[in-house]
Amino acid sequence: MLIATDLWKSYGNVAAVRGISLEARAGEIVGLLGPNGAGKSTTVAMLCGLTRPDRGSVTIAGEAIGDDASAAKRRVGLVPQDVSLFEDYGAAANLELFGALYGIAGDTLRSRVDSALSLVGLADQARARPATFSGGMKRRLNIAAALVHDPDVLLLDEPTVGVDPQSRNAIFDNLETLRSRGKALVYTTHYMEEAERLCDRIVIVDHGQVAASGDRVSLRALLPPKATRRYEIEGAVDESLLATLRTRGLAVRAADDASLEDVFLHLTGRQLRD
Amino acid sequence: MNALFALVRKDILLYFRNRRAVAVTLAAPILIAAFFGAVLGGPPKKPSRVPVAVADLDRSAVSTEIVKAMKGDATFDLRDATEPEAIRLVREGKVRAAVVIPAGFGDQAPRALFSPRNGKPELVVHYDPSQAMTLALVKGLLAEHVMKGVTRAAFSGGTGMKTVREVREQVEKSPAMPPEQRRDLISLFDSIERVQAREANASEAASAFGEGLSLPFTTRESEVAGPEGRTYNGYAHAFAGMGVQFILFMGIELGVGLLLMRRMGLWKRLRAAPVSRALLLGSRIASGTVIACLLFIGIYAAAIAVFHVRIEGSLAGFVAVALAFAVLTSTFGLLIAALGKTPEATRGLAILATLLLVMLGGAWVPTFVFPEWLQRMTAYVPTRWAIDGLEAMTWRGQGFEAAIVPVAAMLAASLVFAGVAMRRFAWEE
Repeated sequence: MLIATDLWKSYGNVAAVRGISLEARAGEIVGLLGPNGAGKSTTVAMLCGLTRPDRGSVTIAGEAIGDDASAAKRRVGLVPQDVSLFEDYGAAANLELFGALYGIAGDTLRSRVDSALSLVGLADQARARPATFSGGMKRRLNIAAALVHDPDVLLLDEPTVGVDPQSRNAIFDNLETLRSRGKALVYTTHYMEEAERLCDRIVIVDHGQVAASGDRVSLRALLPPKATRRYEIEGAVDESLLATLRTRGLAVRAADDASLEDVFLHLTGRQLRD
Repeated sequence: MNALFALVRKDILLYFRNRRAVAVTLAAPILIAAFFGAVLGGPPKKPSRVPVAVADLDRSAVSTEIVKAMKGDATFDLRDATEPEAIRLVREGKVRAAVVIPAGFGDQAPRALFSPRNGKPELVVHYDPSQAMTLALVKGLLAEHVMKGVTRAAFSGGTGMKTVREVREQVEKSPAMPPEQRRDLISLFDSIERVQAREANASEAASAFGEGLSLPFTTRESEVAGPEGRTYNGYAHAFAGMGVQFILFMGIELGVGLLLMRRMGLWKRLRAAPVSRALLLGSRIASGTVIACLLFIGIYAAAIAVFHVRIEGSLAGFVAVALAFAVLTSTFGLLIAALGKTPEATRGLAILATLLLVMLGGAWVPTFVFPEWLQRMTAYVPTRWAIDGLEAMTWRGQGFEAAIVPVAAMLAASLVFAGVAMRRFAWEE
């Protein structure tokens, strides 16, 4: 669906992106992972046509992303890193505006707005102003604004910055729903656990270049072998089995595989807090 | 919904949703224009009397006559004072000028009328330098009253007879004077003395010099403001000036709003859509124009309803001038956004630029009070054309043709502003 080939971009003497290539297929979430300043946002800007690459090309379903009004731009939805909404304009009015920019009008527009608001759990807030929303609600509306024109490709530039675990979880659910509908998603983050949970494939970038890419398993294989390995055992563990392992000279410790986020969600629930 | 329409609609709704800001934008020009209009003209009314003090150190019949005449003049609000008191009143700003009639004036002035070479008495006019325009008025009216009083004294009464007798003696004893000239002057004095003798016996009503010499003409003021029969309304200028100023302030908000949108990342989302740069910026020009027009309507509705400002000239011309100024305002806002770096820095600079524009445009005081070089320079200030155009269509009562040049000047400036803005606008901070 989305193919970026050998993208280069410099600002003055600083080379922000140096030959990045990536592909996102329909029904797939591709993680673009990297530390701050790695070139992720510049890459996203080139993928959606905001920035013209110095070299390389981007195509959406075979069509090149080009000038301001190029048809390929209609097939891409961008969720910017900042909450980019008109805060004193109603939630539905914001979506209607962004839909209109993509040439959607009338009943189709109204139905798309309703559907996008429902997807992100804000259907009952259609007339409310984003200025009155919590951070998580704004982030969800920020995503909905990129969905009104029903794009084939969704580019998400760190869409969960500053949200609580409930909202983050809800956003992940939304993105998984979109993947199941056949959308191609490029998800930019520097949170490893997010990439690990969501992404089918991960592209790790650093210093404007692709450092590695592949699925989780193939990326883990890149690590050097460890002296100590950790195994997950499914089912009830018999104490006699552990005793046997100890007699063979292996160290056996109780491992708690629940993350702090799991504990937090267990205690505070998964219900969205608006 | 068309993309342009959606963007323009959004801007207009967001602007008018901030009711407090809209109320201030409308109320401020109306209140300030009401103040300026009342101070600098207001509706047609009787001019206020000029407070003037007079110190009569002479106390002669002539000086008393002059003071009496000045008191009867509706232009002056005259008060008697001693000389130090009169000067103090000027210094304190309680009177605009003080006239001091020196001792001996009644004797010296009639003599100086016939024999100026022997010296003239001096009337001192102390004046408030902040009210310098009053000086000419006081001097002019004083000249008329003094002339009347002195000539009346010279041609009638004891003072005049004594004066003519003294001057006759001087002429008779003057060795350097040619005999022919001496004979003619003595003949003139004979005639004057005969007139004086008749005047001394005549009643005041029958007197030929009862009022002394006066100006040999009268004047009739005819106010030329719009159609015949209409009078000038100072609020018309004040509303033009303040309307222009506060609508330009709205233009600043428009520009700063663009910079804030950039900071919030909104331009990224808008530019990610398949719409051109020209459409995005053009929508701001269109919405700014509509907002400025709506503000114009609000401000002039108050001017017409409450302050009796009337569009005495072409209504179409008025609409054209208002529309051209609205376009100028929105492109000015765009220019600010294009040249500004951050919203904070830009706001201060833009306010300074706007105040200069409105000051040079004649929004605060009419441009005719400027020095001539500055008046010539203001032809290049687009706000001058806005104010001139609005005045031409309101109290000056001119036709549509008078709106053409102001409209063309404003549209030309708008074109330059928009061109620079389109080229220079940076989508990212």
